[in-house]
Amino acid sequence: MIRAHVLICGGTGCTSSGSVEIQKAFAENIENCGLSEEVKIVQTGCFGLCALGPVVIIYPEGTFYSRVTPEDVKEIVEEHLLKGRIVDRLVYKDTGDEEVEGNVALADTAFYKTQNRVVLRNCGVIDPEVIDEYIAMDGYQALGKVLTEMTPEEVIKVVSDSGLRGRGGAGFPTGRKWSLCADGDQKYVVCNADEGDPGAFMDRSVLEGDPHCLIEAMAICGYAIGANQGYVYVRAEYPIAVARLQKAIDQAREYGLLGKDIFGTGFDFDLDIRLGAGAFVCGEETALMTSIEGHRGEPRPRPPYPAVKGLYGKPTIENNVETFANIPQIILRGAEWFASMGTEKSKGTKVFALGGKIHNTGLVEIPMGTTLREIIDDIGGGIPNGKKFKAAQTGGPSGGCIPASLMDTPIDYDNLTAIGCMMGSGGLIVMDEDTCMVDIAKFFLEFTVDESCGKCTPCRIGTKRLLELLQKICDGNGELEDLDRLEELCEYIKANSLCALGQTAPNPVLSTLRFFRDEYVAHIVDKKCPAGVCKNLLSYSIVADKCKGCTLCSRVCPAGAISGTVKEPHVIDQSKCVKCGACMEKCKFGAIIKQ
Amino acid sequence: MKSLAELQAIKEKMKNKVVIREGGEEVRVVVGMATCGIAAGARPVLAAMVEEVEALGLSGKVSVSQTGCIGICQYEPVVEIMEAGKEKVTYVKMTAEKAKRVAKEHLKDGKVVAEYTLSGVKA
Repeated sequence: MIRAHVLICGGTGCTSSGSVEIQKAFAENIENCGLSEEVKIVQTGCFGLCALGPVVIIYPEGTFYSRVTPEDVKEIVEEHLLKGRIVDRLVYKDTGDEEVEGNVALADTAFYKTQNRVVLRNCGVIDPEVIDEYIAMDGYQALGKVLTEMTPEEVIKVVSDSGLRGRGGAGFPTGRKWSLCADGDQKYVVCNADEGDPGAFMDRSVLEGDPHCLIEAMAICGYAIGANQGYVYVRAEYPIAVARLQKAIDQAREYGLLGKDIFGTGFDFDLDIRLGAGAFVCGEETALMTSIEGHRGEPRPRPPYPAVKGLYGKPTIENNVETFANIPQIILRGAEWFASMGTEKSKGTKVFALGGKIHNTGLVEIPMGTTLREIIDDIGGGIPNGKKFKAAQTGGPSGGCIPASLMDTPIDYDNLTAIGCMMGSGGLIVMDEDTCMVDIAKFFLEFTVDESCGKCTPCRIGTKRLLELLQKICDGNGELEDLDRLEELCEYIKANSLCALGQTAPNPVLSTLRFFRDEYVAHIVDKKCPAGVCKNLLSYSIVADKCKGCTLCSRVCPAGAISGTVKEPHVIDQSKCVKCGACMEKCKFGAIIKQ
Repeated sequence: MKSLAELQAIKEKMKNKVVIREGGEEVRVVVGMATCGIAAGARPVLAAMVEEVEALGLSGKVSVSQTGCIGICQYEPVVEIMEAGKEKVTYVKMTAEKAKRVAKEHLKDGKVVAEYTLSGVKA
């Protein structure tokens, strides 16, 4: 019999940091120690703490080992699994309190203890490639319940009463969406797993860590709206997710949880994967359906909405992965349970992908209404290198930034909209004082200019003009009138673009103009970049008093811009300087300054 | 799958295979597995304990793990049973057969096997 489980993260993050080799090493060492009959190795989905990967958890102790290398494995097996002595040096111990000795269970770490995992409840707990493990965790019970005990109307009512809103971006109430599905002989359920926001990866994590949850939820949706076919549209850039989902679909078919006459109730439902090529616009619901139909991914005007005329012209309900992942739990635990979490108009939890200038990069799930301060300071572990928090960007290229002054705003759909931000799919990029807000706006505009499909003029040409204005400001050629031009153009693009990509593209500009207008002014009037990012507005110089003439800087300069004799102060030739900063990094005396 | 009963059957079968990851066990059995313990034969004791716990259907309630040397090497193999709200019971000089009896009488029926405990052996 098995007395211990070794859980090894097989998510994309840990796979790229070497978890496959670690798993191999565990298998070998466990075999060598003769423990194969007692210890089971389980490859799971993402635990969330990607920055500390590869991550290994050993139960029953719940010991959380981080940054494990293949060389560490022998010690873990011989000490922990054979002799029961925890390998202290590898245990992740940040509990937010004082230093603790010995074993620290995963649930007690600062990163996990404030989280509330509903969507991610099985990620990092079960083996996503074994359907029986999902069933052991109440899997497919919700599907059984709706098929045998509930009418489609009752299912929609529970989802409506729960207050669940779409997690893909705009936050449309899910129950209402389902109830709007028109009559028809053929209907479809579509899952949007296109996840294109830079930095967001919660959908990938669910697909990799708990694919059956999505299958179950889509079947429930199919029953509620009267559809017997579903499609999951997922980008081909998610190879692990695609493989696990396909495996899960095959297993569900084999068990008869997909296919004809599920649970002997006469309900038929099947599911297929459609691969996307990674175009951002295909995350827009109408463009996504056009792509599934085999055409070039371009949006079409709404109305008619997909619920009336969607995929192949038939009524279609489309939800995002995270939205679906809430459904089985809502059915099993009830609308009241779900509605008890969150704020008045935003119920439940939200998964955020924490990235940027923060200690604990990774995936966190928290109740709606948690403040940005709690996410960054408590769960995220604060900003590295003693830097100051400047802003957090939510909603990717469609969203805006939250400045430090609004850090205590409870995060939900309506509060974010009110400050010109957007929930988006949940990417949360943290920026410190070294980030230039004009440069950030420019970064997101570069992305939208690349990704604009070109179908409508306001988006195709408007975003390009926006980017040119931002470039002009970053180059030091801006005029104050450009700020008015930016604002006017932003409003025009918002009002006239065909789809959400264009309608939200100006948000990063508007948001930074609103909260960091002084930085734009500094670029234009003072010709300075306060954060020291925009190269054209920077100059490096040597403070003669501090320079010892060690010649290190002149030797490291790739442009040959620094001259001087040994033991005499050196000088930078501004016309040759490429502003790479190599000299400043090398200087041991702090004699080189950036202005 | 043609009925809910089939789903239930898989769930029951699998439940005790994953329950270890939930950490909800009420009783902890710890086997001393330092060099002294292993030399004295702790491995068969651990194996017997683990097997018996499963055979008795106690997997969701009892976790079996190992620990280092607790300092009474002359009494190894040592097995300790810890239960919330109760005093820790220490069994000494264990064998696979004794472990099976402890699993049945102590873990299942709640009766301490006094003759195998530290005080029982000393007396």
